[in-house]
Amino acid sequence: MSVSDTPVFQARGLTIRVAASDGRPAGREIVRGVDFVVPRGKVVALIGESGSGKTTIALSALGYTRPGLEFSAGSALVDGRDVTGLSRQELGQLRGLEVAYVAQSAAAAFNPAMRIGNQVIEAAILKGTMSRSAAIERARNLYEALDLPDPATIGDRYPHQVSGGQLQRLMMAMALCTGPKLLVLDEPTTALDVTTQIEVLKAVNNAIAQEGSAAIYVSHDLAVVAQVANDIVVLYDGEVMEKGPVETVIATPQHSYTRRLMDAVPKVDVSPGTAPSSDRDIVLEAKNITAGYGKSTLPAVLQDVQISVGRGQAIGIIGESGSGKSTLARVLAGLLVPRSGEVLLDGQVVGSSTKQRPREILRKVQFVFQMADTALNPQQTIGEIIGRPLTFYGGLRGRARRKRTSEILDRIGLPEAFAKRRPSELSGGQKQRINLARALAADPEVLICDEVTSALDTIVAANIMELLENLRRDLGVSFVFISHDLSTVSSFAEEIIVLYGGRIVESGKAIDVLSPPFHPYTRLLVASAPELRTGWLEDVVATQSMRSAAINSAKATAHGCPFFDRCPLAIPGTCDKITPPLQTGPRSVQHVIACHYPIFSDDASLLNFARN
Amino acid sequence: MTQEHSFQTDGVLTNAHWVAPQGDDRVYDELSDSAPRGTFRLSIPGWIGVAVVVFWIVFAAIGPMVIPWGENDLPFPDAYSEFQAPQPGAWLGTDVSDRDILSRLAWGARRTILISLAATVLAYLVGVTLGLGSAVVGGRIDTILGRINDALLSLPSLMFGLVVVAAVGSSSFILITTAGLIYANVVYRLARAIGMEIVVMDYVEAARARGEGLWWIIRREIWPNARIPLISDFGLRLIFVILFISSLSFLGLGVQPPHADWGSMVRENIGALQYGDSMVPVLAPALAIATLTISINFIVDDVSTYVGGKLSGRV
Amino acid sequence: MWTLVARRLLIGVFTVLSVSVIIFLATKVLPGDAADIRLGQSATAENLQAMRERLGLDQPYLIQYWRWLSGILSGDLGYSLAGDRPISELVASRYHNTLVVSVFTTAIVVPLSLALGIVAAMFPGSLYDRLLTIGAVATVAAPDFFVAMLLVIFFVMWLGVGSAVVIGNTDGMTPTHLLSHFALPVAALCISLSSQLIRMTRAAVLNVMSSPYIEMAILKGVPRSRIVMRHALPNAIGPIVNIIALSLAYLISSVVVIEVFFGYQGLAVLMVQGVQTRDFVLVQSLGMLFCAVYVGLMLIADVCSILANPRLRHPK
Repeated sequence: MSVSDTPVFQARGLTIRVAASDGRPAGREIVRGVDFVVPRGKVVALIGESGSGKTTIALSALGYTRPGLEFSAGSALVDGRDVTGLSRQELGQLRGLEVAYVAQSAAAAFNPAMRIGNQVIEAAILKGTMSRSAAIERARNLYEALDLPDPATIGDRYPHQVSGGQLQRLMMAMALCTGPKLLVLDEPTTALDVTTQIEVLKAVNNAIAQEGSAAIYVSHDLAVVAQVANDIVVLYDGEVMEKGPVETVIATPQHSYTRRLMDAVPKVDVSPGTAPSSDRDIVLEAKNITAGYGKSTLPAVLQDVQISVGRGQAIGIIGESGSGKSTLARVLAGLLVPRSGEVLLDGQVVGSSTKQRPREILRKVQFVFQMADTALNPQQTIGEIIGRPLTFYGGLRGRARRKRTSEILDRIGLPEAFAKRRPSELSGGQKQRINLARALAADPEVLICDEVTSALDTIVAANIMELLENLRRDLGVSFVFISHDLSTVSSFAEEIIVLYGGRIVESGKAIDVLSPPFHPYTRLLVASAPELRTGWLEDVVATQSMRSAAINSAKATAHGCPFFDRCPLAIPGTCDKITPPLQTGPRSVQHVIACHYPIFSDDASLLNFARN
Repeated sequence: MTQEHSFQTDGVLTNAHWVAPQGDDRVYDELSDSAPRGTFRLSIPGWIGVAVVVFWIVFAAIGPMVIPWGENDLPFPDAYSEFQAPQPGAWLGTDVSDRDILSRLAWGARRTILISLAATVLAYLVGVTLGLGSAVVGGRIDTILGRINDALLSLPSLMFGLVVVAAVGSSSFILITTAGLIYANVVYRLARAIGMEIVVMDYVEAARARGEGLWWIIRREIWPNARIPLISDFGLRLIFVILFISSLSFLGLGVQPPHADWGSMVRENIGALQYGDSMVPVLAPALAIATLTISINFIVDDVSTYVGGKLSGRV
Repeated sequence: MWTLVARRLLIGVFTVLSVSVIIFLATKVLPGDAADIRLGQSATAENLQAMRERLGLDQPYLIQYWRWLSGILSGDLGYSLAGDRPISELVASRYHNTLVVSVFTTAIVVPLSLALGIVAAMFPGSLYDRLLTIGAVATVAAPDFFVAMLLVIFFVMWLGVGSAVVIGNTDGMTPTHLLSHFALPVAALCISLSSQLIRMTRAAVLNVMSSPYIEMAILKGVPRSRIVMRHALPNAIGPIVNIIALSLAYLISSVVVIEVFFGYQGLAVLMVQGVQTRDFVLVQSLGMLFCAVYVGLMLIADVCSILANPRLRHPK
């Protein structure tokens, strides 16, 4: 076989297990007999939920196992050479030169004490493949190719001086600097906002195409994978379930697990739902909320925000990190005292902090935290966690409390026996269920869910969403559902509030807000939500009228439109100076758009406008 | 699986569409992502440590009752001499005043261990209460306590002890309170640091959102999580208190004669190194302290490896 | 960043002042004052009164405190109660003894322990690492006088080298003589300090070694030595500087025991004698001196770790 015929990477019966340590024998195999190939210049995606072994398999291409693991059988061939048993010198030549790694969180993977540029060119200089000046030149070209701002000077900065999306692209530059044959990308966009994710995906695709490198792309997100990969390998519990060309697998998934994975991908589809009329019964309302952290002279995180939740209704709050959505949730729950504005429950003004709210009011509004890991006390049993609100609000004790606890466990789909377990014995999805159950135990009128699915894998998140739907249908609880994921929000909530830079940019019934979107930011959000089809990314990039470069994180501004410096329709002199007027949407008076641009009344010209 | 997963087309290996055979009974559950917790095991030095600590505790408890001499008795009043070699009747020989080393060692064990233990317990009661309270309450109280703590900690512990003894003299009560208060400062820092880590957890926030009172939050949410690291630090603190008390006694400023304690025994009998028939009078108490503290430290080391090993990093 | 440094310095000054108040008040707790002690049993009321006036003890506490503090600041440490000698004279005749031993110890123990600790962190779980850890766990818990005693028994009594009593008067000593003279106290101090330093350095470096950016460096094919020296160490400098400062603080406590053990005429022995004779003017002054050194060390450590933090050095 000539070199050009050998695949860049091939896993052959690859098996990795927990290594023996301190007299304990080698443990269970977390990767079992995995076979797949990465042909030259192609991108192969490894997909599966956390714990499926996808990162472990990808790292084998670098001849690396995380501490505590070891290769136990099979081989990982780079250019036909098994890299599982290389010496330290040989590994030094392989890593960074032939195979390069892009880590999940660039913020953590860049050394905070070294300048970015020195980290980018480090491998090239260490291996002696380039002179320092040549490497710096090469890095600059890569910065340019990756659409990074100030390519001449960005390398002189320290990691904390650039944004997350930029760091992720800088890490691509670091990996590509030596011109490796194979890239290993470990969930490079998972930690990013959707709008940033598009920029990084675009950069990844361009760079791979330009450099001609092959890549292993690790992800739990099928929709993302469909945009970058040629082949897909579906993994579950360390084994391959299904593999093949991406079009084939997505069009005709054969394995039941793959089908489940596909069903779990949320889509931006708006159900008209039981859209309430204007004389609806308002449960929770917040008026003119301005809030921030620290001294009142510091800029506010939330500016003059209104929200009203109808009984039995779900209202979705969407925005990227820093938009103030979690701050709004904390104000509603009384965890943060706003600088001005008031919160009303059943038409009555309630205290702005939990200390000022009577127990009965506290009971009616329950908060569900994002991370079940930190929201559940590791030293309490599930029974204690769910039982406490029962005693605290309802005075239940002893047998009555135990009975109610098992009813609640049953409702969230967990067996009664779980009451005796502790959170550390549960999986991520189960913990999130308990997190919900604790709020349900209070028998609330409103559940405030703060990004409850963001930290979960696709399938687990879909299961939680299904549970939320059932709860809503069966219990008639109202929801304030906060997420950065438009698809999740749109399928769950009838009403949507879009937050940007601490202000409401658009709000109204989901169907009015999203089909089609009006505000330029809403449009950007809708366009950025990945769709489960190949070629979506190319389509978006081709039609998108958004500015690509200079993605600044949103800042709360006192005047003008917060979206000004990213907006393709921005009118200098107006949008940056004058706070946008609230315009009424064409189809409903409840649909409010904060924009200087005229709103089109007939759908045809609007669609036309939206397309450009 | 013998099935060929990848085959060649046009001389290049590719991933053809391949599907794993699906077992009828296979359930694709959510995968567990939490790491299994290891079981606590003592290392070999740890086991030796446990044995030695148990030995000294038993010795301190029953030694004074079993050994025929009191701590100030002379076993050989007729053959008065100093630093007599070990012999029947005085199994470890006699000290600088011809008293029985073994019985002084036993009484000293009692005194050293009890004083140190009492001081450490005092340090914990004061330090943990103020430290956790400070972390939970925060605000001005936290700032004031922190300042006092900074000031008190800016004297090296032994210097602090010297100043106190210079001011008020020395007795068991003063030793316990002095050591207790000095180390309460260290415990305060540790407890506050641990408390701060826990206070920012969402489950504490959840309890606040529910409307729970301060006392409930400290008792049910914070203490159960602070307990394990704090208890595993207790051994370490006990070591430093034993060393502190022994050092003061060695300087002649701790337990006062004629009472025996291990540190003052070293001081009294230091001459045995040069003049004595045997070095036992000075080696025995020094070894007693060293074996006790080192043994505790071996146990502490095993425990802190199990708990997470980063206790010192929290302060 | 500089405002942060200035803040630290201010806090340091404030701390020293509050300690001075504590030390000053500590000596006023018990009945009986310097005049009582000086004149002893035979004192008459008139004598006492005269002595109090001479010593300024009839003044309000605030004025006494101010005189004492301004005296210390201008180098006047007052008069020793026993012997009626100016304390500054006593200190001047002895401070270099303590300084010599401390500087020797620091110069040896700091680089040696850092190197040992870093190497242990490079090969965690290796035989070297385990032996070092066991050794450090043992010596950190051993009393200082026990370490000194073992050294004396081994070197002086068995091998016949070094000296068990170290006077500290170095006039007319040859270099070899000097070496054998100071070797044992310095060695004892080094052993006491090194265990703490080694363990904490190892922990600090290991803590950094588990960060994702170290894994990134491994996956870039960076050699282990470069990973430790270039990637891990710069991030561990803050904690390590703190560890060094903390160890030097332990040094102050250990020096007391070691000086007494070897009968060495340093400041610490002076302090212990002051406590034994209840000469609290001496104790006050020396206590302040040690405390100021200690707070100074902590300050230097704080400032160093502020300066070592890239986030503070290169703000956005």
